[in-house]
Amino acid sequence: MRATCLNMVHALAKRDPRVLYIGSDPGAGTLNAMKAEFPERFFIEGISEANVIGMAAGLAMEGYVPYVNTIATFLTRRCYDQIAIDLCLHKLPVRLAANGGGVVYAPLGPTHQAIEDIAIMRALPDMTVVAVSDAEEMKRFMDQSLDWPGPIYIRFGKGNDPVVSRPENGFSIGKAILMREPGDVLIVSTGVMTSRALAAAEALDGDGIGCGVLHMHTVKPLDAEALVRLAREVRLVVTVEEHTRIGGLGSAVLEALSDVPGLRMPTVARLGIPDVFSHKYGSQDDLLRLYGLDAGSIAGTVRATLAAERGAVL
Amino acid sequence: MGQAPLSDRISPPLDERSLHLRRLVAGAMVRAGRGHLGPAMSLIEILRVLYDDVMRVRPGEPGWAERDRCILSKGHGCLALYAILADHGFFPVETLDSFCRHDSILGGHPEYGMVPGVEASTGSLGHGLSIGLGVALALRMRKSAARVFVVMGDGEINEGSVWEAALSAGKHGLDNLVAIVDYNHFQSYGPTAVVQDLEPLADKWRAFGFEPLEVDGHDVAALRDGFGRLPLKAGRPSVLICHTVKGKGVPPAENNADWHHKNKLKDAELEAVRAALGDF
Repeated sequence: MRATCLNMVHALAKRDPRVLYIGSDPGAGTLNAMKAEFPERFFIEGISEANVIGMAAGLAMEGYVPYVNTIATFLTRRCYDQIAIDLCLHKLPVRLAANGGGVVYAPLGPTHQAIEDIAIMRALPDMTVVAVSDAEEMKRFMDQSLDWPGPIYIRFGKGNDPVVSRPENGFSIGKAILMREPGDVLIVSTGVMTSRALAAAEALDGDGIGCGVLHMHTVKPLDAEALVRLAREVRLVVTVEEHTRIGGLGSAVLEALSDVPGLRMPTVARLGIPDVFSHKYGSQDDLLRLYGLDAGSIAGTVRATLAAERGAVL
Repeated sequence: MGQAPLSDRISPPLDERSLHLRRLVAGAMVRAGRGHLGPAMSLIEILRVLYDDVMRVRPGEPGWAERDRCILSKGHGCLALYAILADHGFFPVETLDSFCRHDSILGGHPEYGMVPGVEASTGSLGHGLSIGLGVALALRMRKSAARVFVVMGDGEINEGSVWEAALSAGKHGLDNLVAIVDYNHFQSYGPTAVVQDLEPLADKWRAFGFEPLEVDGHDVAALRDGFGRLPLKAGRPSVLICHTVKGKGVPPAENNADWHHKNKLKDAELEAVRAALGDF
């Protein structure tokens, strides 16, 4: 997904002279092909995220569309004031391409795990937040990223994530994709968690539980229309995100549902990372299992929540 | 006998134009009942010379592509910027009377898109040089002759982001970028020498790849001469370290941290401002 996004920056640069790449200190060889073809539009500025964001803002003020790329935690926490003021307040079309959203960098520990990036990015006025499911969807998104107004935060998965997106579903920023029709249950997921949500739904189907999956690749602006329409039809909405339960997709879903006067509120279960820094290492999947975010755990939570909900209603 | 340090120099007396601009600042501040008077007064001659003598701008066409850009990174000095912009006709002088009112375009920090002539929204310190760096890179890429002036406070350059930007600007050899430090030797709490000493300041900038020049920031002729020598060195960004006096022109405010920001003026203080500047 990362390689696809960066290669797409190069492809977009061929198409449009406004496109720039700005890295802080990425891995050796990053986008060598773009560097060779467009040296004047390829910048490596060193480990100075605050400066890089301000510089990108200045370039965007003059009509360029910079894609800024580094590790998600540094691209969000380290330069939050610059993102808020230089990018959002000025409504500038800078794209933040964030390596390692969620717990991709599990073995590297909490300094590298972007567990609250969605929350802090989506709290900023005029910021758009996108987490696609796989590399194929990344291509479709990147095509649209060029002319979207204002800044976009782009959250990357690990790479080689299973491809679950389908070309026939297309892609529009801000329009959720219904991957599977709901029965009693609707899972709303974002990023690479959509593949886990689909696997969980498949397992639940075997138990006779009809479970839909709404892929919310754009967490902001949230597709409240699709969400509310589907939420009216189900008993249980389950949000699944590789992110703290505070302020991310689950919070956005609850906010959108609570904003509809008279809506019969379904039970909403929010699955995510608890309010802790992880002190475990291993792989991304190890941490997802620890937090109950693997397909089996998600299915188990749905069964238990549905049973509790039915018990409470009875 | 060596020359006295610039910080100890006695500047020439303020001429009528400098007094006029100060009256615009004081009037806006007094009518609003608040404002950063000290940080604006130290800036007056810097901005006056930039807009009167140095920068190519079109007040009726603030977005003119070939204009020189001035980013007031020390956004709290905005009363001085508003005064010079109004005086040049970017917006009516009467607008100054609405400073900080609920529906005014002129807030306590300047906003891009709200105020004609304001190039960036500032107020959070340490942002302007990075933005200016990006603008200067863009101008160079499209082979524009326009220049970028970034005005920073001395307290502001405590921010690490300023030095990140300086490293980058030096690396890129941007001689269309001009940093200006309003070195009034005071920040909010007190003297910069006490809070966070900046010396040797010119050496620091030089080490980051800038060509520095120290000038008396209230001496109009010296400022004209300094700006007239830009770029100070081909292939390098320039920095003008302007030695100024916080609150310049209003004796009780001069070198007085209590006047950094005022939200109430006592009658005696108001009288002192009028005594110094005349009626406004």
